[in-house]
Amino acid sequence: MSEDSIHHIVPKSTYYLIFCALIAGTALTWWVATIDLGPMNNVIMLTLAVTKATLVVLFFMHVKYSNHLTWAVILGAIFWLLIMLGLTMNDYVTRGWLHYG
Amino acid sequence: MSNGAAVAHDAHHNPNLAHHFETMEQQTEASILGMWVFLVTEILFFGGALMAYMVYRSWYPEAFALASSHIAILPGAINTGVLILSSLTMALAVHAAQTGERTKIMFFIVVTMILGAAFLGIKAYEYYEKYEEHFVPGLGLDFIFPEPEYQQTAQIFFSIYFVLTGLHALHMIVGLGIMTWMFIWVKNGTITKDYFAPIEISGLYWHFVDIVWIFLFPLLYLIGRHVHHV
Repeated sequence: MSEDSIHHIVPKSTYYLIFCALIAGTALTWWVATIDLGPMNNVIMLTLAVTKATLVVLFFMHVKYSNHLTWAVILGAIFWLLIMLGLTMNDYVTRGWLHYG
Repeated sequence: MSNGAAVAHDAHHNPNLAHHFETMEQQTEASILGMWVFLVTEILFFGGALMAYMVYRSWYPEAFALASSHIAILPGAINTGVLILSSLTMALAVHAAQTGERTKIMFFIVVTMILGAAFLGIKAYEYYEKYEEHFVPGLGLDFIFPEPEYQQTAQIFFSIYFVLTGLHALHMIVGLGIMTWMFIWVKNGTITKDYFAPIEISGLYWHFVDIVWIFLFPLLYLIGRHVHHV
């Protein structure tokens, strides 16, 4: 497994394809931002950003071909990031829900 | 190091293979993993700044949308394209390193650096624009927001704008330094077909900085466009 991942050379055509997808994703993000979709604007914008980031990580950064330890480290980072963002927002967003007195 | 066994060991192996590794493959994998561990700290570092953005945006959504709509999209969009293109040329530099094409590695590193410098140039122009428009909070400058009722809260948005884009630009400058270093290493023959891990992990850093911008572009430039057409 480890030797395969080191010697795996991603074909240039894959890089060109990912580049085109990233540019298309950017254009789509810009276009969607000009249409009023209410709260969905944020959802679509972030979905596109996460998709673009995933393409960069998997192909440009070769993670698709990396070993399981690298995957564990990256998934761990995302998990802890979501704990920070999620639990903090859980506090701030719900503060107005309680009314005392 | 001075005993016979060690000398024999060195003679049999790639001079770039450190003593504590069995093979070049193992060493390369360790370098890649090490770089990823560093990038984890970077993810959480930018995550902290993003956290501030999320909390303040949830408190002042109108001010954030309005302030964001005062930022010109075009330079930001061009910069997004420039960075994505630089990620492509970086990936091609790593590809050339894997196939051992020295001239191509140097060519693609230089193109990547030119694109990185172009990004910083456009960014500097944008900062100057903010200065002209009185959108710079602090530094003893007059912050003047066109809608006076958001004078205070818009400053929070622009403070976060400058912190996030500033930290990102700082990472770009560091990236240019790393690329200069890698160019020298390719030129002086340190990088070989069997020892290209430094190019690979420098690429990881460069792509990471690209990913940060992929999030910053919509979050800073595009959140107010569907409601405000400035």
